[in-house]
Amino acid sequence: MPEVVFAGHLCHQFPVPASAQATGNTVRQIIADLDTRYPGLSHYLLDDQRALRQHVNVFVGNQLVLDRQELSDLVPESEKMHVMPALSGG
Amino acid sequence: MGDAMMADTVLVGTRKGLIVFSRQATGWRRESEHFVGVQATYVGVDRRHNTVWACLNHGHWGVKLHRSADLGTTWDECDVPTFGWGAEITPGKAASVSYLWTLQPGGADQPQRLYLGTIPGGLFVSDDGGSSWALNEPLWHHPSRKLWFGGGMDDAGIHSVIVDPQDSRHVWVGVSAAGIFETVDDGAKWTSRNQGLRADFLPDPYAEIGHDPHFVVGCPGEPHVLWQQNHCGIFSSQDGGGQWQNVSQLEGPAKFGFAVAVDPHDAQTAWVVPAVSDEHRVAVDRALCVCRTTDGGASWTRFHEGLPQQDCYDFAFRHALDVSGDRLAFGTAGGSCYVSDDRGENWTCLGSHLAPVYSVRFV
Repeated sequence: MPEVVFAGHLCHQFPVPASAQATGNTVRQIIADLDTRYPGLSHYLLDDQRALRQHVNVFVGNQLVLDRQELSDLVPESEKMHVMPALSGG
Repeated sequence: MGDAMMADTVLVGTRKGLIVFSRQATGWRRESEHFVGVQATYVGVDRRHNTVWACLNHGHWGVKLHRSADLGTTWDECDVPTFGWGAEITPGKAASVSYLWTLQPGGADQPQRLYLGTIPGGLFVSDDGGSSWALNEPLWHHPSRKLWFGGGMDDAGIHSVIVDPQDSRHVWVGVSAAGIFETVDDGAKWTSRNQGLRADFLPDPYAEIGHDPHFVVGCPGEPHVLWQQNHCGIFSSQDGGGQWQNVSQLEGPAKFGFAVAVDPHDAQTAWVVPAVSDEHRVAVDRALCVCRTTDGGASWTRFHEGLPQQDCYDFAFRHALDVSGDRLAFGTAGGSCYVSDDRGENWTCLGSHLAPVYSVRFV
């Protein structure tokens, strides 16, 4: 069960803890799982077409996810997934 | 709530959050701040319920909508409208709400109706007080939309919504850049209303579509009269947008700008905050002023007492001017806010080191 770490910038705007356990094999599955426990969270991360927002970065381990549209990057159980604001968009 | 004739509280939506000023016995002071650090792109009030609505843009985390039933003491975050799966602005360009540009209440006989104008140019409608939203499909699919384009923003957007107080099914919207559209059947069909406007930035300045009405207002007491501060001048219509007349000054500052306000009871009285057209967008002669007409735009009077008169590069954005009785207030891109108690003739500065002011509304 991967651990998801949320940047403090997000925690200040939305009631989500600094980290949470989530189920799923891909970034999309994990975000969907988190959205069931933190309703509305996905709207902070995804745009209307369910792609990652332009100025949101998601890392699996230290690797920035490659598929921002389908969110198909795999998230091994041993890795942490980090949700962070991009330096752009501020 | 302040005096019904002259409100004592003003909501100032800025690049760095909402600031509330209120008038005390000792003068105006900052009452509270909200959403600090977040763009408050439009903050307004639904007077039917005394609900304050804050349209926000988090930059990273998208646009959000908050409402307060206690004038800002507490806030609830509401669902934000979204374009449906697969929606496109133009072929190949996905549609996603990137900016909440205005929120307006429906008519008195539609107590739960709200309108939300967005970038890209969606008009979203709620009939449950903002709990859920639906895109007005007839306007989104209007045949002219392929001709809409961004005015100042990357994509076209809806910044003005006017509901006829005598007929809630009769609504006008202002689109930058496209023009004015009117419905008389509650949004089932929309007709462009741009006769008489000119768009100097088009090959054909008199094309029906492609105008940039920076902001459009109606006179509640005389709903057939509309005003707009257009990219290419100040225009008014005496017949609900059927025909527009250019009422800009030939010589004088009242021509280019963004904001316009009309007296709610006297449709021939209006105010604008002029700037230098159009690539400069700074105060005319580097001196900030407000111009008022009391004869439908036949003549304008320039007022500047209390406003900076030298080295001023400031101007007011489209939603940053409001009127309440004899009181007016406006905010500027440079982060100042001013109030007048004598219909715009003399001004007092409420604050001069705010962030860029996007909206000013009395409550």
